Amino acid sequence: MRPRLDPHRLQALVIGASAGGIDALMHVLPALPADCPIPVVVVVHLPENQPSLLPEVFGPRVDLEVKEADEKEPVEPGTIYFAPPGYHLLIERDRTFSLSVEAPVHYSRPAIDILFETAAAAYGPTLAAMLLTGANEDGAAGLAHVARLGGTVLIQDPDEARIATMPLAGLRAVGDQATVLPLASLALMLRALRTKESR
Amino acid sequence: MNLPIAYPDSDFDIELRLLIEGIYLKYNYDFRNYSPASLKRRVAHALAQMECTTVSALQDRILHSPQHFLNLLQFLTVPVSEMFRDPAYFLAIRDKVVPILSTYPSLKIWIAGCSTGEEVYSLAILLHEEGLLERTLIYATDINPHSLQRAEDGIFPIEHLKLFTANYLAAGGKRAFSDYYTAAYGSAIFDRALRRQVTFADHSLATDSVFSETQFVSCRNVLIYFNRELQDRAFALFRESLCHRGFLGLGSKETVQFSAVSDQFESFARHERIFRKR
Ligand SMILES: C[S@@+](CC[C@H](N)C(=O)[O-])C[C@H]1O[C@@H](n2cnc3c(N)ncnc32)[C@H](O)[C@@H]1O
Repeated sequence: MRPRLDPHRLQALVIGASAGGIDALMHVLPALPADCPIPVVVVVHLPENQPSLLPEVFGPRVDLEVKEADEKEPVEPGTIYFAPPGYHLLIERDRTFSLSVEAPVHYSRPAIDILFETAAAAYGPTLAAMLLTGANEDGAAGLAHVARLGGTVLIQDPDEARIATMPLAGLRAVGDQATVLPLASLALMLRALRTKESR
Repeated sequence: MNLPIAYPDSDFDIELRLLIEGIYLKYNYDFRNYSPASLKRRVAHALAQMECTTVSALQDRILHSPQHFLNLLQFLTVPVSEMFRDPAYFLAIRDKVVPILSTYPSLKIWIAGCSTGEEVYSLAILLHEEGLLERTLIYATDINPHSLQRAEDGIFPIEHLKLFTANYLAAGGKRAFSDYYTAAYGSAIFDRALRRQVTFADHSLATDSVFSETQFVSCRNVLIYFNRELQDRAFALFRESLCHRGFLGLGSKETVQFSAVSDQFESFARHERIFRKR
């Protein structure tokens, strides 16, 4: 069976990536259609003390609005949000963003675990979470939360990932609840996230 | 895998509200208007560390033991800080705010939510280098007594000094950073002279009122934990405390823009999040 994301059931997509993550995101984010009906929230591990430039990098390459998430900002459909460097990004149950400077998790702030955990609590079974390449184990515990609350878990095929540590840790945490795919197939899944049925 | 117990089931949410209410009734610490997601994570952490299986068990314990409540407070308050965090902020204070502050014969500065004191020593060093420290009174306030004590001690782990030093230089520091501390036993002990002008005090932005007129309020990475209503309460305190044309410095992701006092402040250094009372 070819796995599929149902745009009418899903309410949010969260993505985590670390080492090699920008390249990996270059494969998946541009696949999102302009009428994507859900918000896409992304944590990429980057150095803390510099502006991330992620919105500038991805803005011209995708069809959706791209921005850094602000605290208290409502999580809106059809928008790609990046976590600001030096802050953890959380989603509240009322579907607004919060930021926190609590200690780094797996040496990372923002941490993928914190985004995934809080998004799972906010969206439950209507969340899809995607874990990509990376050299540490951030995101694995978060995926376990997503799976436990009935969300969809997508993991980049570790054989293909630039660095397999993060996808492998994710797999260990959720086992066969994960759908494991190469980037090209993940991109195809995202392409189907559109308001109208494709002709 | 180390999953916080019961988080994020709805039982947890119910118990969390009861806990927060209980803390307020018993200890008058008011977390009722804090953003829930982060609070919830931190309580989940506390559960694991304090070896309670449910939030209700934790509530039972802290209601009957102030010592356990103090332990819990360490989790609830996010005691995380850094010297010269966001060097550009301190550089803007040095280059743009100090020239105006130096026109006052005496100065009062309020650092709200000073945590373990890193921001206090950063500002004291900056004011010292700009020749203003002697005529300045700094109020450094927080709700966590343990953090306030550590702030007053001025002793920081030596392994943080590499980052602090880099930040200090990026913030326009004029000396060798090591002039300000003595290294001993894995710690950096900061010069006592830096805190001669500092009053450390317990003060809550959620429950207390204004205690002094000030020319500059620095409140960084505290408001991100508050909901809008509580943010507005804090902003009202800052507005009331600040003198005409006083300055308000916030964290790099905080703004007065969407608050109830937005029209009473203007942006002074936009990127560095420094505002000025109209
Ligand atoms: C993350 S620290 C910020 C430290 C420092 N200002 C900085 O930016 O590095 C947040 C601090 O806010 C304090 N805090 C939380 N609620 C408060 C309140 N109601 N009134 C005053 N301080 C509060 C906490 O105790 C904690 O020390």
